[in-house]
Amino acid sequence: MSEYTTVFGSLERYEKGRVEIINDQARHYAFSNIFEVASQAQPYEKIAVAKNLEYVVEVLRAEGRSDWFTAAHDEFAVVMDGHLELHLVKLGDPASVVSPDTQGSVRLPGAPVGKNMGWMKLGRGHQALLPAGAAYQFLAEQPCVILLQTLKGPLTVEKWADICAG
Amino acid sequence: MSSTKASAPDTKTGYKRFELGQFSFSRDEYFVTVRWPARETQLSHTLPVDAFLRALVRDVAWGFFYGWVNFDAVLGTRNRYGQVELYAGRYNDSYHDSGLDYVETFETPEILATFKAMLADWTNAGFDPFAAPAETGTTVFGKKNGSNTAAIERNRETCRRMPGLPGDASLRSDTNGYPVNRAFADVEQDEPEIHAEPGFENEVHAFNLFKYLSRSDVTWNPSVVSVCRNSLFCPTTEEHILPVIHGNDRVEWFIQVSDQITWQVSDKETGHPRARVVMKPGDVAAMPADIRHQGFSPKRAMLLVWENATSGLPEKYDSGELSPYPIEL
Repeated sequence: MSEYTTVFGSLERYEKGRVEIINDQARHYAFSNIFEVASQAQPYEKIAVAKNLEYVVEVLRAEGRSDWFTAAHDEFAVVMDGHLELHLVKLGDPASVVSPDTQGSVRLPGAPVGKNMGWMKLGRGHQALLPAGAAYQFLAEQPCVILLQTLKGPLTVEKWADICAG
Repeated sequence: MSSTKASAPDTKTGYKRFELGQFSFSRDEYFVTVRWPARETQLSHTLPVDAFLRALVRDVAWGFFYGWVNFDAVLGTRNRYGQVELYAGRYNDSYHDSGLDYVETFETPEILATFKAMLADWTNAGFDPFAAPAETGTTVFGKKNGSNTAAIERNRETCRRMPGLPGDASLRSDTNGYPVNRAFADVEQDEPEIHAEPGFENEVHAFNLFKYLSRSDVTWNPSVVSVCRNSLFCPTTEEHILPVIHGNDRVEWFIQVSDQITWQVSDKETGHPRARVVMKPGDVAAMPADIRHQGFSPKRAMLLVWENATSGLPEKYDSGELSPYPIEL
């Protein structure tokens, strides 16, 4: 029995903190909670919860099988709740799918054309590389929460007023 | 070639006294005293030696970090990336408005050499300034008593792409000296299940980030675990008080991974309180580019600090080209 209990959040159990304003405005802190965001999201909607110029951190509610995505740059996924599979395909001609100067991830119109790279089974706390030029697909039997380190792209959803309320 | 100006060891305490430009630093059994010229006189300021060394070791390990590293409300450094400003009272409006503040700029190697020499001389055996207070001894106090070189020569652990990839930073395990911290003994140590096809073993990659963090041997010292161009995921484990008050020269973001941290946010220029941010697991908060902040963590917590390492950002925020607030709400 550990002397300490480490508290993580989940879709089922999270408690949002707060901003106590002294001499400022709460909106400057863009305060949200990833589990609250995921609990109200559509499957695989890529909702920005943090933005720093062209870069974003997105929250995805993984549920069922996703479309195939790819990016011209590395992306990184951290599983914050649940378990999922991540499948990877090395695109035969990545530039035909996403030009090298494209920022963020794009959705493939169908199944990727290329070599099967393999797959991973990820659980809470696991961080995976989504390599540039590879297509990836998530499969989650139960709802799960992904934090995605990427750039703002055509699929990024920004709804700050909604997620920062309350 | 940088040179460090240090006195002979004090005959009573055994500690050296250091000079850096017009600043001088001395320590006794409990306190550090800093002196600087102000108008036609000289002012002094006192800090507890344990707090001073905890701030100093991080300023050194971080290479003076992004922006301002306030040791307390009076003393600190500002990174000019190649040069470093050392200041007393500059960002404290009582000193500044009275004209009693002092700033001196040093080439980075010069101030770094002096800070390292101070750390080496003033850190006694048995005291680890990176550890939580409950984890290290009280030998920081008293007369000079040995040294702790291994503790003070740690650097930030950074990866090029992601730890565990060939040629990149190592993962943490019992065998390479990273046992699970006492406060994270209940954190699962499982690994991702990886099925890489032949030829893709180096690209189909994942690791247990929470396990990695549970084995951190330092507090308030972010490492880098993923690099997406200039976007850096810098997770860290936090216990007790952030030993510096970090003043932002760009926007950064905090994502609370486990447990709770409360942030005291103040104005970067004056130090006047602006907000308290209470963060619980899953919470996300921006730290604007015009604030300074200090965290309080009652139980060792996992925090994901997200940084933008794009060069030239401080100038753009300083000039007003960029808003200090990342989101228009």
